[in-house]
Amino acid sequence: MKVKERRSIKPPKTTKTATTAALQASPKPNKSGAALIFGDLWEYDPAPETADPKIKSEYSLFIDGKFVAPKSGKSFPSINPATEKKITSIALAGAEDVDAAYQSAKRAYDKTWGKMPGRERGKYLFRIARLLQDRAREFAVAETIDGGKPIKESRDFDVPTAAAHFFYHAGWADKLAYAIPAQKIEPLGVVGQVIPWNFPLLMLAWKLGPALAAGNTVVLKPAETTSISAMKLAEILQEADLPPGVVNFVTGAGETGSALVNHPLAAKIAFTGSTDVGKLIIRQLAGSGKKLTMELGGKAANIVFEDAPIDQAVEGVVNGIFFNQGHVCCAGSRLLVQESIAEMFIEKLRRRIDVLRVGDPLDKNTDVGAINSREQLGRITDLVKEGVLEGADLYQSVCKLPSVGFFYKPTLLSNVTQSHRVAREEIFGPVLSILTFRTPEEAIEKANNTAYGLSAGVWTDKGSRILKMAASIQAGVVWANTFNKFDPASPFGGYKESGFGREGGRQGLFDYVKIS
Amino acid sequence: MVPLLRKQSEVGPVDQVGIEERVAKFTTRSIKKKSKLWGLMRAVTMVDLTTLEGKDTPGKVISLCHKALTPSDDRDVPPAAAVCVYPAMVRHARKELGAKSPVRIASVATAFPSGQSPLKLRLEEVKRAVGDGADEIDMVINRGLFLSGEYHAMQDEIVAVVEACGKATLKVILEVGELETYDHIRVASFLAMEAIREGDFIKTSTGKVTVNATLANTQVMLEAIRDYYLNTGRAISMKPAGGIRTAKQALHFLVAVKETLGDEWLNNSRYRFGASALLNDLVRQISKERTGAYQAPWYFSEAATAY
Amino acid sequence: MSRLAITKTPKAYVGGAFIRSESGRVFPIQDSQSKAFFANIPQCTRKDLRNAVESAAKAGAGWAVRTPYNRGQILYRLGEMIEARSAEMVDALTHTTATPLAAAKDEVSKTIDLIVHFAGWADKYDQVLGNSNTVAAPYFNFTISEPSGVIGIIAPDAPALLGLAAQFLPAIVSGNSVVALASELAPYPAIVLGEMLATSDLPGGVVNIITGFRGELVDTFATHTHLRGLDACVNQEQAIKLEVGGASSVKRVKIRNADGAWADSVGLHDIRSFIEFKTVWHPVGV
Repeated sequence: MKVKERRSIKPPKTTKTATTAALQASPKPNKSGAALIFGDLWEYDPAPETADPKIKSEYSLFIDGKFVAPKSGKSFPSINPATEKKITSIALAGAEDVDAAYQSAKRAYDKTWGKMPGRERGKYLFRIARLLQDRAREFAVAETIDGGKPIKESRDFDVPTAAAHFFYHAGWADKLAYAIPAQKIEPLGVVGQVIPWNFPLLMLAWKLGPALAAGNTVVLKPAETTSISAMKLAEILQEADLPPGVVNFVTGAGETGSALVNHPLAAKIAFTGSTDVGKLIIRQLAGSGKKLTMELGGKAANIVFEDAPIDQAVEGVVNGIFFNQGHVCCAGSRLLVQESIAEMFIEKLRRRIDVLRVGDPLDKNTDVGAINSREQLGRITDLVKEGVLEGADLYQSVCKLPSVGFFYKPTLLSNVTQSHRVAREEIFGPVLSILTFRTPEEAIEKANNTAYGLSAGVWTDKGSRILKMAASIQAGVVWANTFNKFDPASPFGGYKESGFGREGGRQGLFDYVKIS
Repeated sequence: MVPLLRKQSEVGPVDQVGIEERVAKFTTRSIKKKSKLWGLMRAVTMVDLTTLEGKDTPGKVISLCHKALTPSDDRDVPPAAAVCVYPAMVRHARKELGAKSPVRIASVATAFPSGQSPLKLRLEEVKRAVGDGADEIDMVINRGLFLSGEYHAMQDEIVAVVEACGKATLKVILEVGELETYDHIRVASFLAMEAIREGDFIKTSTGKVTVNATLANTQVMLEAIRDYYLNTGRAISMKPAGGIRTAKQALHFLVAVKETLGDEWLNNSRYRFGASALLNDLVRQISKERTGAYQAPWYFSEAATAY
Repeated sequence: MSRLAITKTPKAYVGGAFIRSESGRVFPIQDSQSKAFFANIPQCTRKDLRNAVESAAKAGAGWAVRTPYNRGQILYRLGEMIEARSAEMVDALTHTTATPLAAAKDEVSKTIDLIVHFAGWADKYDQVLGNSNTVAAPYFNFTISEPSGVIGIIAPDAPALLGLAAQFLPAIVSGNSVVALASELAPYPAIVLGEMLATSDLPGGVVNIITGFRGELVDTFATHTHLRGLDACVNQEQAIKLEVGGASSVKRVKIRNADGAWADSVGLHDIRSFIEFKTVWHPVGV
């Protein structure tokens, strides 16, 4: 251990104490030359989560309340991104299977679910929430193995929040008349839903909760790299005795998705995913009269003013971009920091990311897990390279990466300007682009200078400025002095090309009913 | 004196919810096996084994000294950092520990815990305690001066105590429970750090009010120490006190140190725990780690029969 | 000897000014009673539409930040202006839309009543649609709404006045600004409406009314990315164009049924079509 030589310093005289050198907002940080040592004096031993995820060796489709093989008999592997090893086989649903799922959903809508009083529907959702809580640890481990996110996040965030979504929406099932001001509220019918790979279980809950509470039945396709949680949830739906056909899961990739969104029985399509695919779906459904909800990409600005609570802002910025490896549509991927504190703030960010632990997602001490797929890792790597070529300064945390699996170091790109590609395109990885601003107006200008409008962060100690900034930033969610907070009671969704419609909260229900 | 109202804006605010969320992450660290044993052993060396009661007697202090020297029958367990006693008890401790002891003697001078007596008397108390053999003085700040905005006067008192300490190490108790807000704790930390010497401590609490050391208020102080160190090069030491009773808690506190200030603060010249019950839980958990069996309390000296 | 009447040159209403098409093109309309030539109407182009979007964008920023109370008052004032000049509007309807007198009077009355209805919504819809959210953490969380931006409107052929009003009122009440293409068959009442808007307190550019042919303009409505929403009475083929074109900028596209029950539209949910819900979080601490 290195111990610095102590310098003897006389107690300062009274008159000197006023000229404090300890200004946090000092423009030149670290002018003393002092440095902190984050070494290996006390290493944490591996602390792997060992609960059994109870993953089967192969999964079929879930249609009409039963697990059924796809007509084609085809399947594809699901890979653990942290080990690159195959976990299980997932059934590949074709157009016929998708049709069977819709027919089953239609029957369920006509015969059971659509007619059921809200109070009864709610009870099923409550049951699902409870059963999910019972098997929380098992689901957390499965989620981590399948998607690569740290067990700490799947255990403390994804699974409990998913259960909370079912619980929250259960209560709405018999109270829709209070939620929606209208003369008449009816369910839409069969809803087709397509969800992404970044929050496989949470997105399921997020989509199923309001759809089922409002009395619709569902055909849902999970992302092809993360299908396991849907199939495990299907077991819970069976245990909950949910009437057959109310929820149907079809697994597969783009072709399956295309069959799902284009099926004539779908009264509504709810999609969460990339902006490009979202636009494709809107085009495909033009003229169909189907209701749409789109939760698309983002390039959120996280705006830090000089009077902010600095250490909490650092934490919020770190949480904003490194949560779930940055695989978050609302990630705070653009830091806008006021010029007067930029140098100090970046210094603090570097110090903070140096203590982030990157590695085995199943280790309870891992802060940043595996990138979801080889393709995604390639895309992140390329975009960062391009950022550096365009003149950005690169800083990557000092962590060591595992030799196998898809991993990427927490990365800061500073000296980025609005016209850099890394400031405009969604990277969807642990990469923060850092820009500066001088005045609130400039911050607003830069924050809104994007086609996206999903989320934003504002950090300042001044109340009136928070409200002004919150009102001026075109984004569906504004986190003030916090970031990446989610709750089933809180509506989520974007402005502009980040999509339309909301999910969660009272406003989320509007998009799952027919109002007249 | 004109209150220096600029202080708060100079050191920046602290968001309560944000810092509490930050420290909650320390508690999710899973410390196992070797790293757990290392942490427990290191924590033992950081304990200021404390007795601060009206019913303290020389006998009680003597047994405390022995407990600090040999916390466990397991001779691999190192001694604690210090005993911490009232000034009247210092000479008994010194007599028991002798002139060259691995265990230091700390004493809570300055009209502990309220600090509400004339400065002159408080300084006299400090000098007497040092004269009686105290290696370390734990003082309380004048919260009244702080809360009324008389920051200079509050610092002047600390400077005076520093002088009265001579060679003794000083620990400045902010009594965070009475400062109430994290903003206040941050400001008070800076005020204290400016007035003391490198190697002196800032300390959370007397243990005599409702809110004592928590991970969050300790984190505010760790971050103040970090910012001050990086700006001035002067390393200030930290002592959370009161309310840390279990080994698990102590490990969480050390995780915060490791991830905020780094390796150089993971030793007893830079970090202490002000505690009494903690030491026995540490040795109990050490024993559990080494034997694999959970331990009943009566295997450990000076332990209560209940947990 | 009878005096030769001074005929009015109908113009589009853009940015608070009365304009001809930049192309100089016009198309004639007939007096629906006498079947005689009535007037030449500007045949607006893609560029006219673009200019109108720019005017709307300019005016929209200020309109959106007016207090809802003020927006309500301005809308009510518009109602007053039309009521005072209702004879002129009835005249426009009977002369250019083949609407019988009684029906024309009814349409004008219903339009005015609709304006008053929406004037009253200005400072209430957000109270009804927004709320605070009780999240399971120490945060104050609330959901409010904001206007989407510039909204494109393609009015139905009929009712020429009421249809257009039922489209632009819910859009502007929340602070959007609009670019409306008037009824292709009966553009004149919309032109008269523009003249009435010009004398109301509504800032120029908040409502822009252009005239011309849907077939020429529908593509630009679809693809102009600054238009954040579309409210259109169009045929199926045009609807597909609007939705396909709108996809590139993820527009909010609302296709209306041309025989809609305009006068008793569910005002609140029409307002909801072109607002964005914004949810704000803030920690609660000391």
